[in-house]
Amino acid sequence: MPRWAITLISLAVLIGAWEFFGRDINPVFGSYPSAIAVAFVELVRTGQLGAALYESLRPFVVGYGLAIMVGVPLGLIIGRFRVVEAALGIYVTAGYAMPLVALVPLLILWLGLGFAVKASVVFLMSLFPICINTWLGVTAVPKSLIEVGRAFVAPDSVILRRIVLPATLPYIMAGIRLAVGRAVVAMVIAEFFTTISGLGAIIINSANNFDTATMFVPIVVLMVLAIGLNGLIGWVEHRVAPWQAEIAGRDE
Amino acid sequence: MGSVELIDVSKTFMLRVDGAQQTVRALENLSFSVSDGEIVALIGPSGCGKTTALRIAMGLDAASGGKVAVDGVTVIGCGHDRGMVFQHAELLPWLTALENVMFGLEMKGMRGAQLRETAQRYLALVGLQDSGNRRPYQLSGGMQQRVGIARALAIDPKVLLMDEPFGALDAQTRETMQAELIDIHARTGKTILFVTHDLDEAVLLADRVVVMQHGAVQEIMNVPLPRPRGDLEALRGSAAFTETRYRLWRAINATDH
Repeated sequence: MPRWAITLISLAVLIGAWEFFGRDINPVFGSYPSAIAVAFVELVRTGQLGAALYESLRPFVVGYGLAIMVGVPLGLIIGRFRVVEAALGIYVTAGYAMPLVALVPLLILWLGLGFAVKASVVFLMSLFPICINTWLGVTAVPKSLIEVGRAFVAPDSVILRRIVLPATLPYIMAGIRLAVGRAVVAMVIAEFFTTISGLGAIIINSANNFDTATMFVPIVVLMVLAIGLNGLIGWVEHRVAPWQAEIAGRDE
Repeated sequence: MGSVELIDVSKTFMLRVDGAQQTVRALENLSFSVSDGEIVALIGPSGCGKTTALRIAMGLDAASGGKVAVDGVTVIGCGHDRGMVFQHAELLPWLTALENVMFGLEMKGMRGAQLRETAQRYLALVGLQDSGNRRPYQLSGGMQQRVGIARALAIDPKVLLMDEPFGALDAQTRETMQAELIDIHARTGKTILFVTHDLDEAVLLADRVVVMQHGAVQEIMNVPLPRPRGDLEALRGSAAFTETRYRLWRAINATDH
């Protein structure tokens, strides 16, 4: 059976069961797919969902994009140079475990309640998995490939750019994938704790009105968004590192 | 010109075994030379230091003592005067065969149309003119090693250094590759130093064989087979080959106790 068919069956079973059992639950305490679908249509019709999505995605894209642009080079340098690793490695390891939610009030004091603080929260949450994965990837580059560079008298910068970077790509892409989930969570956290806005606002407002079905709409939208982004990243990975699928992977 | 000399080369390194520091002497006052256009084989039991010696000649490892000279000039570190062929080819998997050959040339500073042209010419030299667009995983082991040889030859080094270049290949491919190396040598006249653990290979290809044992030269043996050695198959059947191979076998086994 093709993979998509298995996924589709799995989805149908889950949604069907949710629909079947969800209907018996008090609509304040839970909801079910068809009610969520109705709420979804309503939110789309009034334009609320589109506006909220746009509002949420702006800090998401900026924060996540910056995290990639900073995290990848930082991870490459930490992994490649022992001095930098010794000097900065601990902060990256610590930063990954940082309870960011607790720091949001401080970030608000620094950056206010608007766009900047939201983008920063997303940035800080997604920076570390990208950086750590890149770092890990660099340390896993076969020594023999580095020696090819050295044997042909390639300068350090060329070894980094033309050997270490491509050899690390699978790890970098894995980090970027892991960061998608964290970035989505960070986005909603930012919307809860700063100016209530975007998809986070729909969640809070509908929860306050005991409109559980509407509350589920942004949650589902975010999860679908994360799946979509994951697929997109996988596609990009296949484009930039086509050799990887050939030399590694499972038997199908 | 292209000669390479190892003069009194020593190599020691520290090993931590069960918490205790141990000093391992991998090479001790190793000296031998390869003269211009000559093929020399380094042979010996595993752990005798033959690969270490080659890596020091290349500059990938630093010697603890002694020096390496190319054409009489002491060299430190890697240089374009030496071309390295690795045991497992070590092609960059994200580059095509042609780009892998181009990589070495680019590092030497070649640019523009000349770059692609030169790489193409060396791919043709190893018989891969039609496979330039393939990536390493689309090439067989023998083809990968040919690209490795083309990459090293393309930078036009004075000396070609090869670390068990055909050791990872199956017997048939190995024989084909040996014949091709002889052919390439006849055409380019390159000085070649290679490491092998294969007696046949050492006798068939080399002018002289350096037998190593415990990090030092045990014996240096001349191979009295004529050049050019066009027909390796006939050579294998010759009395001279059998006799030389036997002498080499005795030299190696004399040390092995």
